[in-house]
Amino acid sequence: MAVAAPIIRLCGVAFGYGERTVFSDIDLDVFPGEVLSILGCNGCGKTTLLRCISGALALDRGSVRLGETDIARMSARERARKIGFLFQQHTPSFPFPVLDVVSMGRAPHLGMFASPSAKDMVLAEQALERVGMHHLRDRPYTEVSGGERQLVLLARTLVQEPDVILLDEPTSHLDFRNQALSLRTIGALAAQGMTMIMTTHDPNHAFLFPGRVVLMKQGRFIGAGPASEVITDASLTATYGIDIAVVTVPRASGPGEYRLCSPWLPS
Amino acid sequence: MKRSPAVLVALPLGLLFASLFVGRFQVAPVDVIHILLAQLFPGAHDWPAPVETIVLQIRLPRALMAMCIGAGLSISGAAYQGVFRNPLVSTDILGVTAASGFGAALAILLSRSAFELQLIAFAFGLAGVALTYLLARVYQTTPVLMLVLSGVVVAAFFSALLSGAKYVADPESKLPAITYWLLGSLNGASLRGLATIVPPIVAGSVGLLLVRWRLNLLAMGDEEARSLGVRTEWLKGIVIVCTTLITAAAVSVCGIVGWVGLVIPHVGRMLVGPDHRLLLPATLSIGASYLLFIDDIARSATAGEIPLGILTALVGAPFFGYLLRKTHGTWQ
Repeated sequence: MAVAAPIIRLCGVAFGYGERTVFSDIDLDVFPGEVLSILGCNGCGKTTLLRCISGALALDRGSVRLGETDIARMSARERARKIGFLFQQHTPSFPFPVLDVVSMGRAPHLGMFASPSAKDMVLAEQALERVGMHHLRDRPYTEVSGGERQLVLLARTLVQEPDVILLDEPTSHLDFRNQALSLRTIGALAAQGMTMIMTTHDPNHAFLFPGRVVLMKQGRFIGAGPASEVITDASLTATYGIDIAVVTVPRASGPGEYRLCSPWLPS
Repeated sequence: MKRSPAVLVALPLGLLFASLFVGRFQVAPVDVIHILLAQLFPGAHDWPAPVETIVLQIRLPRALMAMCIGAGLSISGAAYQGVFRNPLVSTDILGVTAASGFGAALAILLSRSAFELQLIAFAFGLAGVALTYLLARVYQTTPVLMLVLSGVVVAAFFSALLSGAKYVADPESKLPAITYWLLGSLNGASLRGLATIVPPIVAGSVGLLLVRWRLNLLAMGDEEARSLGVRTEWLKGIVIVCTTLITAAAVSVCGIVGWVGLVIPHVGRMLVGPDHRLLLPATLSIGASYLLFIDDIARSATAGEIPLGILTALVGAPFFGYLLRKTHGTWQ
C-alpha cells in the first residue's frame, strides 16, 4: 500500500454549516483498489465528509485531491466522470424503466443537449448485469424493492465509469437478506479493483472487506487501520459510547472465522 | 402505443383543418381546401370573398394561436412537473400568470392598445418570475421548495395589486374589460398577434426540447443530478426562462387559460410514459389539439363567445379529478 500513490488525498480538510463546525484538520489517504469504511454515530460527520470528498460541498479549509488534481478546480462534469456517489436515500421520482435510470449515469460523458446512444444503453445493460439486476431492465424502477433499487442505482454509478465510488450507508433501509446482497455486490466490485469509500452504521460490515476502517467521533478520527486491528471492544465502546463486545466465531460450514460485534444491553 | 407518433402528428393537423370550416358561419370543407390550394396555386375564384376572409384572416390565425398556446402551456407544464417533481405543479407556479394579469389590468386602466397590452402583460410576467427567482435564491442555489414558496408570495402580491386595479377601475367600462380579459379568450386573435407570440413560444419550446433528456436527470432530485455532473442551477435556469417566455407570451395574448399546463402533461404520461424525451414532443401535440378543440367549442357552441378559461377549467377540473381517483395521487 505504501508504494502506490493515493488516489484520494485529504489535507487539513475543515467544513462547517455556518457557525457550526462539523470537522476540521482531517487528513486521509485512500489508495487505489481499497475499500475504506467510515464508522461512527449518527451526526458524527460521516456523510458530510463523504459529500466533501465528492465535491458537493465547498471546504472551509484544506483540500481534497483526486490523483494530482484539487477537486475544487474540477467542473461538476469532470468530477462525475471520476467519482460516483450512491446516496443513502432516494426519493422515487417518475416510474422510469430501470434501464433508463441506469443510463442516466452516462450524463457526464454526454453533451448538454445529447441523450444516451445505443452504445450507452449497452453499457447500461452491462452495468445491470454486473450488479445482477438485468432481469429488471424494463420494470419501472419505482416498483422494484428497496434492495433492488439500491443495486440499480449502484449500476447507474458504475455506468459513470468512475475511479472511485462513494457509498453513503448503502445498506440502510434494507432487510437482512438485501443487506447481504448489497454487501456481496460491493465485495465483488472490490475484488475487481474498484476503489470505494463507504460509510456504515454497522461495524460488522467493515469486517467483510479487506480495506481499512476509520472510526469517527464528533468530527475527529479516533482510529484508522485494518479492521482486525482497529475494531476492538475498547475502540468501538469509545466510538459509540456504549459497551460493545467483539467476538471471533469459527465458521461452522468450512474454514475461516467470523468476527462479530454486538452491543451489551444490561438487563 | 406504436402508432402514437403518426397519431400525434395527424391529430393536430386534422383538427386544424376542421377548425377552418367549423363555426357559426358555415363554410363547406371543399371550399376550405380550394381556398388553401388557391394560396399555393393562384387561379379562378368561385367562392365569395367573405368566405376567404373568414377562413384565412379570422379562423386560421385564431386556430394557429390556439395551437401555439396549447402546445406551449402543455410543454411548459410537463417541464415544470419534472423540475418540481410534483404532479400538481402548473405553469403559473412561479407567479407568471398573476404578474401578467396585473400587467394587463394596468394596461386596460391606462387605456393602452391591444398590442401594448400584450407587451405590458408579457413584460410583467417575466418580471414576476424574475422576482420569484431572486427571492428563492439562497447560497447561490434555488431549492425547489424555496422556488415554490417564493412563487406563492409573488403571486399573492400581484393578485393583491390586481384586486387594487379592479377596485379603482371604472365599473362601467374598464372593470368589465379587465374581468373579461382575465377569463381568457382568443377572440382578438390576429396575424399580428400571432407573429408576436410565435417567436417566444417557439424559442421556449425548442429550448425545452433540447434539454429534455436532462429533465429526466433533474427529476431524480437536485443532489443526485449534481452527482451525475448536471449543472442543476443552469438547467433549472434554462427551464424557467423557457417556460416563462412561453407562458408570458400565452397569457399576454389570450388571458388566463388555466388547467391546460396541469392536465395535458398527465394525459401525455398516460400515452407515452414519463420519459421527457417522448413526453415533451407528445405534450406539444396533445396540448395543441386540446386547446384548438376547446376553442372551437368556445366560438361555435353558442351564439355568443364562451370565455376560454371557463371551458378549460370545466373540462380540465373534472378530468383531473378522474385522474386523481384513478391513480390515487401517484405518477402512474
